[in-house]
Amino acid sequence: MNHWLTAPILIPLLGGILQALMGYAPISLRRTLALATTVLMLVSTIVLLILADDGSYRIYAFGNWQPPFGIVLVLDRLAALMLILTAVLALFCHLFAIGGADEGNRQFHALFLFQLMGLNIAFLTGDLFNLFVAFEVLLIASYGLLMHGGGTVRTVPGLHYVVLNLIGSAVFLISVGMIYSVTGTLNMADLAVKVAQVSGDNLNIVKAGGMMLLVVFGLKAAILPLCFWLPRAYAKATAPVAALFAVMTKVGIYAILRVYLLVFGESAGALAFLGMDWLFPIALATLSMGVIGALGAGSLKTLVAWQVIISVGTLLAPIALGSEAGLSAALFYLLSTTWTVGGLFLASELVAHQRGTADDRIITAPKMRNRTFLSVLFMVGAVAAAGLPPLSGFFGKVLILKSVESGADMAWLWSVLLTGSFLTLVAYSRAGSIVFWRTVDGHLQTPEPLTGRISVAAGGLTAMTVLIVAFAGPITRYTDATAAQLHNTNAYIEILQTPMIGEDN
Amino acid sequence: MELVFALIIGSLTASGVYLLLRARTFPVVVGLTLLSYGVNLFLFATGRLSTGQQPIIGSSAGYADPLPQALVLTAIVIGFAMTAFLVVMSLRNLADNEDDHVDGKKPYKSPAPEHEEEVTGK
Repeated sequence: MNHWLTAPILIPLLGGILQALMGYAPISLRRTLALATTVLMLVSTIVLLILADDGSYRIYAFGNWQPPFGIVLVLDRLAALMLILTAVLALFCHLFAIGGADEGNRQFHALFLFQLMGLNIAFLTGDLFNLFVAFEVLLIASYGLLMHGGGTVRTVPGLHYVVLNLIGSAVFLISVGMIYSVTGTLNMADLAVKVAQVSGDNLNIVKAGGMMLLVVFGLKAAILPLCFWLPRAYAKATAPVAALFAVMTKVGIYAILRVYLLVFGESAGALAFLGMDWLFPIALATLSMGVIGALGAGSLKTLVAWQVIISVGTLLAPIALGSEAGLSAALFYLLSTTWTVGGLFLASELVAHQRGTADDRIITAPKMRNRTFLSVLFMVGAVAAAGLPPLSGFFGKVLILKSVESGADMAWLWSVLLTGSFLTLVAYSRAGSIVFWRTVDGHLQTPEPLTGRISVAAGGLTAMTVLIVAFAGPITRYTDATAAQLHNTNAYIEILQTPMIGEDN
Repeated sequence: MELVFALIIGSLTASGVYLLLRARTFPVVVGLTLLSYGVNLFLFATGRLSTGQQPIIGSSAGYADPLPQALVLTAIVIGFAMTAFLVVMSLRNLADNEDDHVDGKKPYKSPAPEHEEEVTGK
């Protein structure tokens, strides 16, 4: 039992409740308190990262109920990595939002913090049904955030997003029900034990349940046939929200990692590696689809939204192949791509602010102010996203390429990933050269100069890609250890034996 | 009992999916509601169907599994809240676009030719 595990959930929960109650307080007070909550959350995730780095599993059993009977929070290296990924992204997004995007809706900060809470529950939970609840918490906050910002442009993408996710929730419940009906448990560690023992007709029920679960996680992660809602919704969302949503697809990837490595992993008997043979071609198709979308994008934000889909494909391909090196490479790329995409969303918003009615569309427009700063910001983001040296995207992709063993898989992955990266580069060069170089004389209207907060937020998030390169050694060591820990499912199962606190203590 | 139960779940889900694929927001909302009814009944059945049993092991020969009932309760609450939100979203869509089509406006028309007409016409 370690009470620290509840900190990343309780801090945004309490902060969010406070925000919900003080909607009419002065905006400066609300901003200070909200930012303080996010900073506190970041501190708590750093503590958890240090705790998790010793390689052991820490659990928190709600109500002191012995797993599998009660709900548990489980902290391991992967969970800590996802927590800190989210917290860093959230801090910069929050800083950007405080620069003016949070006006017009009194509950913005409350929704933002509840969104973070939902994400943190999803990363920490060790229970399949609790994962469903976490998804719902983060989804209902995201529905509100997606609609934030006024105007009518977000209504239709928002409606599609809500309906699709409600269908996803229904499918999630059906698959959870199918798995429960055979195994009689929803605790992930216990599922890993029980699924291996399933035999006969029951095997097909669990198999169907497992495959439907993959569909749900695929919808969250936006893999190919289920990805078309994403570009419109993300491109229309307010910039800090879109940047925060960069981590939403990663929740789907996290869930795939957690469930399919643990429950349907190597030791799952007849159900080992369920769905992974499907995932590899789908991942490559997703990558190709993302590249096609990026090439055809009409605005900067749409381009970055397609980049989200490209990164999902790039991440899932090595995960589907299942090697330990591939997993470590994918986790490294996950850090890099999430922050890069977030930074690009923020940079696109800054560009849009400076171009009057041209907004973020990729067309010629009058020169913008702060052109040097903005173009450098966009270039750094684009270089990292396309995977050119010397930034982190390059190292992520090299690690992924190196991790595949030679054979048909290698041929497919290398050709699709390298061609995709080249075409992504073409898409970014086209967008960048039109937006920053092909300008017309005169100003249609004088744009407002950049303020400190939003420049620091966008610059800071983009600079993370340089930081990842600077600390590539420790990060790779950590992701290697995470991949090793994920493959050693027996250690995870041992949390079932954790002694509970006795009454005399 | 099993056959009736299965038929009810099947017809609820089938009608739900059919209505989901309609082009107006109201049938979509009703379809999602029917789908969630079907899902809730399905979840309920995952603890096996039994009548007159207690949810305690050892008190009688058989027992009714209490966990799916707790799951269904959670799913009902969440589904209800989501449906309420979806109704508000649909109303917002109706107000913003003066149309209850799920894509906002009636079938898409390319704006390019109209623009040209305007230029050449005068």
